[in-house]
Order: sequence, then structure tokens, then C-alpha cells
Amino acid sequence: MDRKVIFKGRALPMLLLLPQLAVTLVFFIWPAAMAVWQSLLQEDAFGLSSTFVGLENFADVLADPAWRGAAANTAVFASSVAVLALGVALFLAVQADKAIRGQRFYRTMLIWPYAVAPAISAVLWLFLFHPSIGLIGRALNAAGVLWDYQLNGSQAMLLVVIASAWKQVSYNFIFFLAGLQSIPKSVLEAAAIDGARPLRRFWTVVFPLLSPTTFFLLVVNLVYAFFDTFGVIHALTKGGPGKATETLIYKVYVDGVDNLNLGSSAAQSVLLMVFVIALTVVQFRFVERRVHY
Amino acid sequence: MLRRTLAAAAAAVLALAAPAQAQAPAAAPVEIQFWHGLPQPLGGLLEKIVSDFNASQPRYKVVPTFRGSYPETMVGAVAAFRSSSAPHIVQMFEVGTGTMMAAGRAIRPVHELLTATGVNIDFADYLAPVRGYYQAADGRQMSMPFNSSTAVMFYNKDMFQRAGLDPNAPPKTWQEVEAAARKLKEAGIACPMTTSWPAWIQVEQLLAIHNQPLATQANGFRGMNAEMRLGGPLMVRHMQNLVEWQRQGLFRYGGRDSAADGLFPSGECAMAFASSGLRARVVREAKFQWGTAMLPYYSDVAGAPRNSIIGGASFWVMNKGPNAGETGGRSAAEWRGVAEFFRYIASPEVDAKWHQDTGYVPVRRASYELTRRAGYYTANPGADVAIESLLRGGAATDNSRGIRLGGYVEIRTIIQEEMEKAFQAGQSAQQAMQAADTRANAVLRNFERQNARAAQ
Repeated sequence: MDRKVIFKGRALPMLLLLPQLAVTLVFFIWPAAMAVWQSLLQEDAFGLSSTFVGLENFADVLADPAWRGAAANTAVFASSVAVLALGVALFLAVQADKAIRGQRFYRTMLIWPYAVAPAISAVLWLFLFHPSIGLIGRALNAAGVLWDYQLNGSQAMLLVVIASAWKQVSYNFIFFLAGLQSIPKSVLEAAAIDGARPLRRFWTVVFPLLSPTTFFLLVVNLVYAFFDTFGVIHALTKGGPGKATETLIYKVYVDGVDNLNLGSSAAQSVLLMVFVIALTVVQFRFVERRVHY
Repeated sequence: MLRRTLAAAAAAVLALAAPAQAQAPAAAPVEIQFWHGLPQPLGGLLEKIVSDFNASQPRYKVVPTFRGSYPETMVGAVAAFRSSSAPHIVQMFEVGTGTMMAAGRAIRPVHELLTATGVNIDFADYLAPVRGYYQAADGRQMSMPFNSSTAVMFYNKDMFQRAGLDPNAPPKTWQEVEAAARKLKEAGIACPMTTSWPAWIQVEQLLAIHNQPLATQANGFRGMNAEMRLGGPLMVRHMQNLVEWQRQGLFRYGGRDSAADGLFPSGECAMAFASSGLRARVVREAKFQWGTAMLPYYSDVAGAPRNSIIGGASFWVMNKGPNAGETGGRSAAEWRGVAEFFRYIASPEVDAKWHQDTGYVPVRRASYELTRRAGYYTANPGADVAIESLLRGGAATDNSRGIRLGGYVEIRTIIQEEMEKAFQAGQSAQQAMQAADTRANAVLRNFERQNARAAQ
């Protein structure tokens, strides 16, 4: 099975690599380089004049209370989304792993939300939780709970966390289920014979054996919460009320597209890029080695 | 994340815009690219005007393209200009006016275009609050006024009746509004009043109607060194009232921009302050008797009420790119085509029809007269409230001419954010307005700095 295929000459492998390299260069490397360059400039919107200002944009961004607020929001948001999405997915996967009737149907249903576009999922949540047109929103108000995420920052944060986590549960579910199914039955049976109850079996046998999956999913979920939740926030709260749900990625959009402040927006996206690079290094260098396989 | 950088967006716009620039064959009419930001059904009505123009003469063909919302259209035009593929005409919302005026080589002022092409448009016949919004400080026309609205009050006559209020005498002052709201609440109405466009209506319009400045330098008309004046006593008083009314259940905050639009036609709120453009939707959706009235004012403020200010958009003429030189990268025929198109949309017949079809105000007195003589206002009572609001109190003052501040898109968001914080009881009305001043001033100084360099 480990027969190696070796190309004769260099032309053909180069040719085969070319499309991928071209895509990477045009859609990843080039825009990233442009962003880095732009982050060093002060420019009017139309690009009629630009001045090289060195790291001034970065200094401005880091000193800006609005950016720090967005960073704090992002920390709360990303950790809540990751914990909620992982916790719920793990629970559902453990339940689905049991021998139950209609297993396939149940699993398919759980995987479905992943196919829903972020903006669509946000609209679905809006129809549930809008204070005056939402099913649950109206019910909450009728029951005496003052629910208005358009004015209450904590409620708005809660809503975008739930909507974002809901979408990610399916993805986590698939991986957890696969992870659970790859745990040898013999190990579990041995533990059972030793007298370990189901809960104990879960925490001492299943969970440690799932740790590579969990760790992988944690990184994926953090990256998701950081970068792919723009649609949900844009459709639900637009970063409001006040700036209660403005995350770093949303602020990049607002400053660049709405406010046409290109230098600052570029500096912010470069900071995010540095963050992702750091996260990736941590994943490969340190943590992955300590995970119990 | 790399996919989200602006450079990628610019590259995408470049790729999309390039085919549109292909030259037409010599015998074919001269093509004029026109980008607009009006969704359906308004966009369709606008494109109908364009196709009528194309059918009216053989030499020019205006090609309209919908580019998404106003901010998306704006950023699209900016990116296209940077890659030397700007459209000839772009529709830009009124808050982008300050940014466009400072755009130097990117734009061709309408007065220059008209002089160069020898086309004459009678701007003197335009309503002062409309043309003034788009004029330079010395009165030269910078962009072509088109779809303009203003803010009015809609009220539910059935609910007024239920609360024992006269359905044919809507409240005129804020004091009367408050009294009416109390009665409506006593009659069991959960939402006595709400507002759309919180920054535009409860801040910009309020200050204009009371002849108070929003910023120094005549709201920025006289120069980029303007400073915000939101912390003035009237603004703080009104903000304080809104917060107080919200706490007492007389006022409901329905969200930013047009988010609260639905609360009136659905029959939830008894009084709503909204764009006159909401009228079409209310006609279509409201299942109750309703009326419109001018925005209220504080009767104890001397000099009030004056004219309200406009919203909506105007058409800007753009040069092709940063290195297009004297000709702007266009042929004489193309410039002529743009001017002819403007002459066409300026005709009172076209304007009057647009006004009647859409609920935007007529931008010319002639089209107003035309509509009146056709008996439109008798058949549609209240349809003239918007234009009456724009003409209230005689000639516009420095405070009621409009707003000419760079980066105003951002400032409007700032105002809405600080208002929300006040409604959440996180800060007092005074603190909210002062915080908005401070943050908005930072935006103004930043804009001044970026554009002072552009001017050099």
C-alpha cells in the first residue's frame, strides 16, 4: 500500500501544482500583502493622496477604546460560542452514539443546520427572538421578561452567541460522533467489567480518548467565532446596541467599508492575521503534543 | 481571514467592472455607465426613467446597474475609481455628500459639466433645501439632485379615536405629542410612538427645525474645520425627553436606520416619525385609517419651526480614474450624454411622475405645481406634507440648509450608538450627547487630515 509514485522530470509535477499555487498567490498571498502595505498608509477614500505613516495606524488602533472594547467582546463571544457549541455537540453525539431507534434520521437532522448560510440562520433566529415580531420574543415579553435585544447589550450578545453556536453544533457533532465510534468497544467493556458506571466511564475513558478531536474542534471553533460569524452579527445586531456585539472582524468591516477608513481597517486585519498565525503555531508546536492519543 | 481584506474586495470590483468598460462599436450609441443603490420596487421605477431617456433619443445609451445598498454603491464606486473603471454617474446618499465634495479629482462638479457641454438646467426652480444640500458654499451645483425625501409624522387615526383624541388634529408640538402619547397609553395602546432613523430624525431634523447648529461652520458648509455641537441645551433636553418617555412606556426605540419602519403599518405604534418615503408602504399595508403631519417642535423655542432637511440621494459625475487627466478619461460625447441625461431627469414631467410614483418629494417647484394642478393632492390627502415641511419658515438658514460633514456615515452610526447607550440607561442624555460630540470630532479631524493631503 505504501508504494510511492515518483514523477520523471520536474515539468509535470510543477504543472500539476500550478493551479493551486496560482490560487493561493492570487487569493491569499497577494491580498494579504496588500493589506500589510495599506496598513502602513494614511489615505483618503479615493486614493488621491497617500502618506506613508509607518506604524501609526497600529498605534492608533491599539490605543482606541473602541478597538479594545471590540477585543473584549470578541473574547467573550468566541469563548462562549466555542464552549456552547462543543458542549452541546458532545452531549448530542454521546446520545446519538447509543443504540437507538431512528439513529440515521436523528443524525441527519443534527447535521442539517451546517448547510444553512449564516445570514439565513440569523434571519431564522430574528424571527424567533425579535421583540415585536418574533415568536419567542413576544412570548418572553408577554411573560413579563423585558426582552429587547435591540436595546439590551447582554441580551444581544446572548442572541448572537446562540445563533452562532447553533450553526457550529452540526460540524462538531460529526467529528465527535466519528471520534466516539473509533473508541474500541473492548476498552469500554473492560472498564464496565471493572465496575465503572457510565458517567465514570465517560470521564475517565471516553473523554480522554476524544481529546485530539476536542482540541482540533476547539481551534476550529475559535477560528469560526473570530472570522465566520460576520453574517450572523450583520443580520442580527449590526454590532449594536451601542457597540455591545461589535467583534474585531465586524469592526474591520465597519471601518473599511462603511467608514472608508482604509488604513485603520487594514491595520486591524493585519492584527487579526497575526493572531491566527499565533494560534496555528500554538496548535502545532505546543498543545498538540500534549494531547493524549 | 485573508479573503476578507479590502484588497480582495477591490480586486473583485475590478474584475466585475472591467467587462462593462468594453467600447461600443462606432455606429452604436455612446454608452453611459450609471450605478444606483435603489432596491425594488424603486430601482425598477428609476430604470424605467432611464429606458425612457434612451428611447427619447438615438445618440446616448445610459446603462443602469444596481450596486446594492447606498453604502455598498459608495464603496463600489470608490474601488472602481481606484482601479480606473469608475462609472460616469453614481447615485450617492446624502450623508456621503461631504466625502464626495472633498473627493477632488475623483468627481466632476455638475456646474462644470453643464458649462463645458452647454446644457442648461434651471437650478433656481429647485427647492432650496434640495439644491442647497448639494451646492458648494458659493452656490455652485456640485451634484445633481434627484430622489429626495424628508421626515414626517404618521399617526393612526383609529387609535387616536380610541384614546379620545381628535383624529383630524394631529399634535403640532412636542408638548402636544407627549400629552397625546399619555392618552394613548391610558387607552391601552402599548406603543404610543416610535421613530425610524433615530439620528436623522431625532437629531439632525430636530436641530434644523429649531434653527440650532449640529456643527459649527454652518454644519460644515463653510469648511472642513467644523466641530460638533450636539451637547447644546435643546438637543440634551430632547434626548432627555426621549429617554424619559421610553422609561414611562410612551416611546419605543425600534432600532437603527429604517428598522422601526414596520411598527407603524403593522398597527403596533400609534405615532411614528419616519421618512416621507414610507408612505408607499403604509398605503399598501396599513389596515386602518391614518394621517400624516409635519414633524413636531418645541413651541417655547424662538424661531421654530423652520424647514426640515432632506434625505435621499443625488447623482455624482465621476472621472474614470486617478490618472485620467484633464479629460477625466471620457470623450466629449460621453460628457455630453451625461449632461443630456441630467437635462431629461430635470424636466418637471419626469420629476412629477417620479414623485407621484414613489413618495419622494418633487425637487422642483414646477413639478410640485404640475402635480397640484393635476389634482394629485386632492386625491391623496397628506401627500404634500413632506414638501410643505421643506418649505416651512421661508428661506433655509445656516442651520437648516443641511449637513456637510466628512465621514458623516460614521458619525451617524456614532450618534445612534450613543443614543442606544442612553436608552439602555448606561449614561445620561447629557453624557450621551457629549460622548457623541467627542467621538464625532475625532472622525472629523481624521477626515480633515486625510483630505487636506488630498487637496495639496
